[in-house]
Amino acid sequence: MQDFGAAFGLAFHLIATGNDNLVEIVLLSLKVSFSALTLSCLIGLPLGAFLVVRPFWGRGVVVAVLNAMMGLPPVVIGLLVYLSLSRAGPMGWLGLLYTPTAMIIAQTLLIAPIVAALARQVLEGLYTEYDEQFRSFGISRLRAAAALIVDGRYGLVTVALAGFGRAVAEVGAVIIVGGNIDHLTRVMTTAIALETSKGDLGMALALGIILMSIALGVNLAAGGLRAMAERQAYA
Amino acid sequence: MSVKSAVLGTVSVATIAFSGAVLPGPARAEGPQVLVQSTTSTQNSGLYDYMLPIYKKETGVTVNVVAVGTGQALKNGMNCDGDMLVVHAKSAELKFVKDGYGVDRHDLMYNDFVIVGPASDPAGIKGMADVEAALKKIVAKKALFASRGDDSGTNRAEMRLWKAAGIDPKTGSGGWYRETGSGMGATLNASVGMGAYTLTDRSTWISFKNKGDFGIDVQGDPRLFNQYGVMLINPKRCPSVKAKLATQFEDWLLSKHGQAVIAAYHVDGQQLFFPNPK
Repeated sequence: MQDFGAAFGLAFHLIATGNDNLVEIVLLSLKVSFSALTLSCLIGLPLGAFLVVRPFWGRGVVVAVLNAMMGLPPVVIGLLVYLSLSRAGPMGWLGLLYTPTAMIIAQTLLIAPIVAALARQVLEGLYTEYDEQFRSFGISRLRAAAALIVDGRYGLVTVALAGFGRAVAEVGAVIIVGGNIDHLTRVMTTAIALETSKGDLGMALALGIILMSIALGVNLAAGGLRAMAERQAYA
Repeated sequence: MSVKSAVLGTVSVATIAFSGAVLPGPARAEGPQVLVQSTTSTQNSGLYDYMLPIYKKETGVTVNVVAVGTGQALKNGMNCDGDMLVVHAKSAELKFVKDGYGVDRHDLMYNDFVIVGPASDPAGIKGMADVEAALKKIVAKKALFASRGDDSGTNRAEMRLWKAAGIDPKTGSGGWYRETGSGMGATLNASVGMGAYTLTDRSTWISFKNKGDFGIDVQGDPRLFNQYGVMLINPKRCPSVKAKLATQFEDWLLSKHGQAVIAAYHVDGQQLFFPNPK
């Protein structure tokens, strides 16, 4: 296959020439996925911590459901959001279908369970360490949850990265609720799907390479920040 | 440790995320906008990329396109999601209008369907102009045939052709008859991958870039005619429809000038769409 070499060449060419369309698509991808990640952290981290510090009847089932929701197919979420936001749907009056906001909503529904479930996992390990201390100081559950999130923040960055990776890579949900409209709701993954359906596999692969480079960049940046913060914390 | 630090803790992780969320968005389309639910061939062939900037320049109106199959476009129209439709399944369109979902339907342009297949031509149909005879040969040889299987305009046309030939292809489903359930481009990719014949509109075929050793085998049968239509989603049913902007775009498409723009669009020296408003 000569496609691979050509695709790398094309990817470099696109980046080097700073193609306006490409920049726009990349920025929208990042904007949508980071917005969804922000919302997911605000929902998922407290939820994950709550599930660790607050035992209640049926908690095991809730945790199982949450873990299962990590496997929700994006296309199902896309359909649910489409049916809700469609003019004929219950929230149609908002007029949000085919906007970046609709895409953020869909991706938030997709990754909030991932952030919550993984955060619970990370914080649970921490909690077994801290449990006795919390008890001896008679710390309230709310404060215990807060302490866990603060002390577990480095682990939680990895959780956030997992959520971001899932959001930025999915195509099934955003193509339904965003509509892949040029200059409005076209993101990296929907652009890749479009180029594939045009049979322009070289271009599709080039966009894929760029998407992976961006994901790598985000991970490196997060890793760097984390290392810096850790050095400061223990200095 | 206080409640405040809980918020702080959460936010400390969310901040990195948020710094990305406030990135500048795309150069948001400004000014008046109209949303078209469209068949995929008009987008995949590049017609919109060519035509819509011209329209925007002349009128200042941004036309946003959601390209799905014709069946999906009609369903989205029934849900009032969009302002107008560009689709290609005339009987379904007329029913759509008759049932009160659409108004002001016009023939817009046409091209034709072709059957494409691998160079090895296992069914021996290359050069045929009789599509029924060609389909019968494909079945007789049990040669692979990829169908859209997605209720799109092309899929409906294909089903009409099978019916006319007195064949029920679904009996071969999963065997020689492969329903991809996806768009034209994805189905062409699959066809080329499997070495299967498939029915495609000529415009998508000409602009398709992953042809492999595939070529056109059957063309020129009058039954392969492919009519595109344009209409408004009924503003009386759907108050969200921007009737004025949609009518303006429809009138432009049907005008002498709009027709000339459509006719001027060529790929590889070939005209893809032939305007024929009545």
